[in-house]
Amino acid sequence: MTTLKQTPLNAAHRALGAKMVDFGGWDMPVNYGSQIEEHHQVRNDAGMFDVCHMRVVDVKGDGVRAFLRYLLANNADKITVSGKALYSAMLRPNGGVIDDLIIYFMSEQWFRIVVNAGTADKDIAWMKEQAATHAPNLTITSRNDLAMVAVQGPNARAKVWDVLPQTRAATENLVNFQAADCGEYFVARTGYTGEDGFEVMLPKEKVEAFWYALNKAGVKPIGLGARDTLRLEAGMNLYGHDMDESVSPLESGLAWTVDLKSERDFIGKAALLTNPPTRKLVGLLLLDRGVLRDHQKVQTTHGEGEITSGSFSPTLQRSIALARVPNGVAIGDTVEVEIRDKLLNAKVVKYPFARNGKGLI
Amino acid sequence: MSNPTDLKYTASHEWVKTEADGTITVGITDHAQELLGDMVFVEAPTAGRKLKAKEECAVVESVKAAADVYAPVSGTVTAANSELDDTPEAINSDPYGAWIFKMKPDNAADVAALLDAAGYRAVVDSEAH
Repeated sequence: MTTLKQTPLNAAHRALGAKMVDFGGWDMPVNYGSQIEEHHQVRNDAGMFDVCHMRVVDVKGDGVRAFLRYLLANNADKITVSGKALYSAMLRPNGGVIDDLIIYFMSEQWFRIVVNAGTADKDIAWMKEQAATHAPNLTITSRNDLAMVAVQGPNARAKVWDVLPQTRAATENLVNFQAADCGEYFVARTGYTGEDGFEVMLPKEKVEAFWYALNKAGVKPIGLGARDTLRLEAGMNLYGHDMDESVSPLESGLAWTVDLKSERDFIGKAALLTNPPTRKLVGLLLLDRGVLRDHQKVQTTHGEGEITSGSFSPTLQRSIALARVPNGVAIGDTVEVEIRDKLLNAKVVKYPFARNGKGLI
Repeated sequence: MSNPTDLKYTASHEWVKTEADGTITVGITDHAQELLGDMVFVEAPTAGRKLKAKEECAVVESVKAAADVYAPVSGTVTAANSELDDTPEAINSDPYGAWIFKMKPDNAADVAALLDAAGYRAVVDSEAH
């Protein structure tokens, strides 16, 4: 028997009635009752997520920007205002996706990176290996002393200010995808739900009090179940489902994050240029009754595809999915999805499916 | 968790109610709906279909996962609960009221041989360890 890793909020989840599951080796809350109610809570009001399992990495020293310019598929030069964030894939030389991450530009000596839980160790090993060759003076520090809570929903920012009034002045004017370093609290206007809100990084020993204070202010705890339907409706990729080391970001709906236009060289660029994409990620809306699920086969007139993330959309009250299909498939096409022994009709749609409280389909 | 004592149960988490006319009504237990979470889709067998005991005959899908429902005994389907097409969440709110299908068993003795509430409780407890 393997022991599951616990975040500093483990006891709080149990006290709040969470159903716990093994999530990639972490003992995490899947819901605290109804995951559909939790989903609507975030779209309509405010909810909080334990994301302490994700990893904060600080990269510091002279030349950090130049290093990230080479390390990542998106261009670190796009962020020049302090606190600005950028979403990027980190690629192998063959173009496969090691991870997707967010980098925050704090100063020319300090960029902060937030990576996925399941990939954190391999990410840091890769960063250090590349730095050893290209930027040996940089320090790359895994911030295991930090916890992280995402507070999301139309009322999320106001609730955070209720609890942390001392951060208000510094965070009130943050634009989307921008963070402020408020001493012990690092507050970023980012998230994984398609709603407004903050992701707050803070010392581990303070996170339980922060969590309960938010709860007292009316922010409900949200489990991983609703986190998945929220991000899927928002059209946000999930690492290990919609992309991994075996696929190109250009076939994973991430072309908008890959800067191939500038002269800049980056790891994986040559492979992307020599292997143009033949497949693409599209949205599916199920027309028949049923539920789309990961790995179901998609039949199209241009060949076969596969669902990479499928679920039920509480906002649309329909089943939706992201699917990797041949390039010839167009928005508006009807395709067939193999569900058990049947072929069900689905429509190819542009995603996101929902954001800011509203369905977009 | 309360399992009504007037029902029979299977180890695969179906409940079975014997009606006055000898037909049986089948649904999934409170424990099963609790494990699956918010229900969003139910596919029930059509009337007239002949089933063997333990045959997969219906599907319930929550947001999280799909699960098969098995025929508790051999027999013939007599009705499906079409109300669940529009209100699958009734399985969450009222698991012992939201029946999925009814069937006429080939042998009434097969129904009598199913688990009683205490026997089912023991199955659930053993799965928890």
